Amino acid sequence: MGLEEKIPDSIILTTLDKMVNWARKRSMWPFGFGLACCAIEMISTFAAHFDLARYGMEVMRPSPRQADLMIVAGRVSMKMAPVVRTLYEQMPNPKWVISMGACASCGGVFNNYAILQGVDRIIPVDIYVPGCPPRPEQLMDGILKLQQKVEKESLKDKREEWGRSA
Amino acid sequence: MTTVSKTVELNMGPQHPSTHGVLRVVLELDGERVVKATPVIGYLHTGIEKTMESKLYYKALPATDRMDYLSPMSNNLGFCLAVEKLMDIEIPEKVKWVRVCLAELTRIKSHLAWVGTHALDLGAMSMLLYAFRERESIIDVYEACSGQRMMSSYIRIGGLAQELPEDFDKLVRKVIKQVAQGIKDYEDLLTNNEIFINRTKNVAVISAADALDYSLSGPMLRGSGVNYDVRKANPYSGYEYFDFEIPLGKNGDAYDRYLIRLEEMRQSLRIIQQTIDGMPEGPYRAHLPGIVLPPKEDVLYKMESMIFHFKIITEGFKAPCGGVYQAIEAPKGELGFYIQGDGTNKPNRVRVRPPSFINLASLPKLVEGRLFSDVVCAIGSIDIVLGEVDR
Amino acid sequence: MEDKIREFLNSRFADALIKEDNFRDQQSFHIKPECLVDICQALMDDADLKIKYLSDITSLDWLGHEQEKDGRFEVVYNLYSLDHRYRFFIKVRLPDDKPRIQSLTSLWSGANWMEREVYDLMGIEFEGHPDLTKILTPDELEGYPLRKDFPLTWEQPAFSWNKDDPPEVVK
Repeated sequence: MGLEEKIPDSIILTTLDKMVNWARKRSMWPFGFGLACCAIEMISTFAAHFDLARYGMEVMRPSPRQADLMIVAGRVSMKMAPVVRTLYEQMPNPKWVISMGACASCGGVFNNYAILQGVDRIIPVDIYVPGCPPRPEQLMDGILKLQQKVEKESLKDKREEWGRSA
Repeated sequence: MTTVSKTVELNMGPQHPSTHGVLRVVLELDGERVVKATPVIGYLHTGIEKTMESKLYYKALPATDRMDYLSPMSNNLGFCLAVEKLMDIEIPEKVKWVRVCLAELTRIKSHLAWVGTHALDLGAMSMLLYAFRERESIIDVYEACSGQRMMSSYIRIGGLAQELPEDFDKLVRKVIKQVAQGIKDYEDLLTNNEIFINRTKNVAVISAADALDYSLSGPMLRGSGVNYDVRKANPYSGYEYFDFEIPLGKNGDAYDRYLIRLEEMRQSLRIIQQTIDGMPEGPYRAHLPGIVLPPKEDVLYKMESMIFHFKIITEGFKAPCGGVYQAIEAPKGELGFYIQGDGTNKPNRVRVRPPSFINLASLPKLVEGRLFSDVVCAIGSIDIVLGEVDR
Repeated sequence: MEDKIREFLNSRFADALIKEDNFRDQQSFHIKPECLVDICQALMDDADLKIKYLSDITSLDWLGHEQEKDGRFEVVYNLYSLDHRYRFFIKVRLPDDKPRIQSLTSLWSGANWMEREVYDLMGIEFEGHPDLTKILTPDELEGYPLRKDFPLTWEQPAFSWNKDDPPEVVK
């Protein structure tokens, strides 16, 4: 004789966290922005053979102001670093970052004067996808992992985090 | 009433969907007309030349893949041929044939990516999906050979990384069949398409004299009617054995370059067919202890092979003091490697003559005085890869 | 073909030719830097040779090598004749202190970016170049990366997202 039995079927019970995260996870708009080699594999992921649209992610946005997910695909040079940072700041909250490939994650094979040794030195990264370049399946796996991560986020933490940085 | 003419400065890039990467162009506009265009490059400067100079000859090879990442095998081929010239190595006949076959597959792969993205820039979204569908079949060949989809490093100094896979023949024949059908489809979709013709015909025109003045190469030069293709002019790696033609344009506009690239794909298919039909037997690597790595099978069972393997990997080989230049016809144009040996086991200088860098220098010439919307078409028709432009 | 060019250079610029070498069938002519533009102009205009295509310009740094005695920097001009299908090199040596040479932009527009790249990466100045500015490296970068005394690994990000934990400078 609990409360549950009294509630009609047409009412769904959940927390706000869960509901918002479910919505965010299922309609993530990636930012169509490629830097180097990995960008080609990123295009392959969105193209016919691998077809990322199956996960509801095909809406590539050419503008950072409409995007939720930044895929840093390729090596970030010293000259490009301020641009990447600006683009990241132009994205509205909530936003996530996938660092795709060895170069974006840690500089890869290019340990030299021209390349930033990991994009995490300038922007916070959620998921690292290894490989040079990663296969499309790997990128998909990274995106699915990110979806799992989004599922577990809490609005309270986010609010505090953004409040601090504001 | 007096009118004041004022120009507007517009910044395009480095993040722009139709600059094919991180090219930035600063445009001075008078209404819709481009008064001045200044390309700003360097947003992908990787220091590849410096990195290669700090490594042994063997270990510099993987950096070449990451330059023009749409045609890695061509870069491998250029670098290996240059080092082989420097060391004066003779390579087995079969290796030459396989290299030609792979280089031509690479040309098709690069042109497919080009036709897809160029058509996408001009508004034909579905072309990208079709072109990448065919491209996957070539990537399958890459993967069967080297285990990697893009950065294969399969062509090595003195030969190949390993024996060809057993189903190589079958895979390549599948590519020929699929791409031949694909080219027909693209022709149907684009060649007589009113919108495509209006966007490309008489756009981004460059005359033959200007093309030579700007040192252009590849389809950019041949589009203006200048017959210069390194494969015919100075044959390398056994291109003289094969029968193929060099398509030439007349008007030097974006449409002619499109036709040339499509025809080049057909000619490449012809060459690939010839290599597959007449592939000679033989070893996949030259037998030159001390310079070329011994086959991996031998390293496990033969003492001296293991010693040579160890020596090459740890010390490398010493190159003579002299500079060589080897040009190949990459999909984008004349790709050259200038390697200066200095008597040690590392090169003193590795200079890449990047075709897209030099072709891109002509962008102001192509677009100045034209409409703003032609800029996108001009950038696309040059066929740049920023990895190679900035290195 | 190399005999023709040698004859031509000897007849018109006898004192400009320092030496020549042939390595792996590739002919190079070492000339005095001040005669560069005149020689290129003459090669271009000659009705028989028709050297009309400037394939590439590159530069070398001989720091610490025995070759340094002739001048630390070497600029290599890669010329090609489309009619004869013949490629050869013109090389000039420049001193360590303020390396300068005349620009070829008056002859070939394509030389513009090639020379800018050499300037940016090797620090060789070209006199008479219309716009000699950095092309590849960021404006903040000091020094010339391709010189042998420039370290390979060195980085200093301009900023960090985490103010409390700045990235260390690696040398």
